[in-house]
Amino acid sequence: MTDQQFAIDVADMTAVYHEQPVLWDVDLQVPAGVLMAIVGPNGAGKTTLIKCILGLIKPVAGQVLVQGKPYKDRRDRVAYVPQRGSVDWDFPTNVLDVVEMGRYGALGWWKRPGKRERDAAMHALEKVGMAEFAHRQISQLSGGQQQRVFLARALAQDADIYLMDEPFQGVDAVTERAIIDLLRELRAAGKTVVAVHHDLQTVPEYFDWVLLMNIRKIASGPVDEVFTEENLRLTYGGVVAFMQAPNGSTAAAVDTESVA
Amino acid sequence: MSDAQLDIQMIAVVTAAACAIPGTFLVLRRMAMMSDAISHSILLGIVIGFFIVESTTSPVLILFAAAVGLLTVMMVEWLQRTGLVREDAAIGIVFPLLFSIGVILISRFAGNVHLDLDAVLLGELAFASFDRFQVNGWDLGPKGLWVMGTILLLNVALVIVFFKELKLATFDPALAASLGFMPGLVHYGLMSMVSVTTVGAFDAVGSILVVALMIGPPAAAYLLTDDLRKMLVLSVAIGAISAVLGYWMAHWLDASIAGAMATMVGISFLTVLLFAPARGLVAQVLRHKRQKLDFAQTMLAIHVMNHEGTAEMRVENRVDGLDEHLHWDTQFTAQIVDLARRHGIVTESNGVLTVTDNGRQRAQAAMVR
Repeated sequence: MTDQQFAIDVADMTAVYHEQPVLWDVDLQVPAGVLMAIVGPNGAGKTTLIKCILGLIKPVAGQVLVQGKPYKDRRDRVAYVPQRGSVDWDFPTNVLDVVEMGRYGALGWWKRPGKRERDAAMHALEKVGMAEFAHRQISQLSGGQQQRVFLARALAQDADIYLMDEPFQGVDAVTERAIIDLLRELRAAGKTVVAVHHDLQTVPEYFDWVLLMNIRKIASGPVDEVFTEENLRLTYGGVVAFMQAPNGSTAAAVDTESVA
Repeated sequence: MSDAQLDIQMIAVVTAAACAIPGTFLVLRRMAMMSDAISHSILLGIVIGFFIVESTTSPVLILFAAAVGLLTVMMVEWLQRTGLVREDAAIGIVFPLLFSIGVILISRFAGNVHLDLDAVLLGELAFASFDRFQVNGWDLGPKGLWVMGTILLLNVALVIVFFKELKLATFDPALAASLGFMPGLVHYGLMSMVSVTTVGAFDAVGSILVVALMIGPPAAAYLLTDDLRKMLVLSVAIGAISAVLGYWMAHWLDASIAGAMATMVGISFLTVLLFAPARGLVAQVLRHKRQKLDFAQTMLAIHVMNHEGTAEMRVENRVDGLDEHLHWDTQFTAQIVDLARRHGIVTESNGVLTVTDNGRQRAQAAMVR
């Protein structure tokens, strides 16, 4: 197998944030076309991993290849959905304008967005069911709507790889369902989707690939192979309560409070 | 109006406009205090530049001052990154240090030249008209106007060319970085713009008014619009209007022009804060009041609807005593019943209220999620 076959290939990566090591020697291969969850307790380095892949944090050791190339040569193939709380929603702009930002990378420096970008943004908004909010001021959106706007912005990028930091954070069940349907659609179109996910119970239902981590990689691979009681215990430190889900697969709930 | 008066007002307007542009981005980035820091610490750059080129008018001074402005930003950010000092404290440590070194240098070595502290703090707009820009004996107008006019054009050009980059790096720096737009570069570009604008404006209006012009108009504009382009235009307009009004206030009071202009910026902001159509305090109070009345009418409709057709309907839905049932103030109850009747939400017969179809719809709409 050559490197080209992996959407993301992280090798021996150690990352430091504020002088604190947060990721130790992570090796991770994400095959193209999977829908992968990143799970782990708070402070496990999930966001840091995503930021390292995107080149936002420079690792102190190891390297990252995206489709076999350094990230900066593959920028246009990667879409990023940051945590909803990472931006100021009182910024003076509207929904359409935020979604249009997804096209800025393809535009490059200086060039102004025009009708093409606006059409792409509208199309992405339609996909997430937010078309009628196009001209809404972003401060008037609910949490779930904000999340969908961010998702639309990533869709507008029309990438091969989607990196999402907690796309389900603070959204209601209906929105969560709508988002997961969209992610599956992306996978069906051959895209690779990687999402930080917190609800262990829905991992087997939503995802086909999983990375379990806690400042180091515990395991990664197909959900039915690596999403095991043993690996969850290694990840969360033995406070995971298991239950048998109705469909027979093992589901797990974790008491995150006691982990923190 | 004399030529000198016109000159001063033109310089003031151009300066206000030039300051409002980078100021808009400072306000949106929550970096308003950085302009205070830069406006003080660049004194050190001016002094160092003065020692090197031995002139108070050389454009080299602007470069030195801008460099010290950037140094201020870097020092504040470095202190913050140590994790031992918070941003506001870092600002409070860095700029007085650089500023006071400048003060010491002036008092020790430049005591008898044209670099006095009053001028630094408050500028000398009143004399700006006497400092002319002359080429081969031709008078091309006051020098301050040329300096600030150039800076204004530069700022306008930069914002037009890099509008998309500035907006993206301000709203979502992480996305900007992942798309290759180098938000760090945009950040320092903006800080350079702030520094250069501040140095230019310094001479005309002094360091206190620079801060007022950079922060006040954008903060007011922020309350008036939801569109970044309009916010920029409104900031410029509010700054320019405050500058002209300030000039005439100073004229009328026979007081400091810089002081009067800064005061006018404050008054403009307060006016907007109070009377802004959607977000102003007055609009908020009115809206809350209306919402309270609206909400009470809905409650009344729900109450009447819930008890209609029940045994206790004649008691619960009777106008007399409704205040006791709802535990409302008697006068307020009367007002709400009156409003609800006039809005066709309830009707009254024999002292008992019944809900109308209209009111029923309203009640039902309110009770679904």
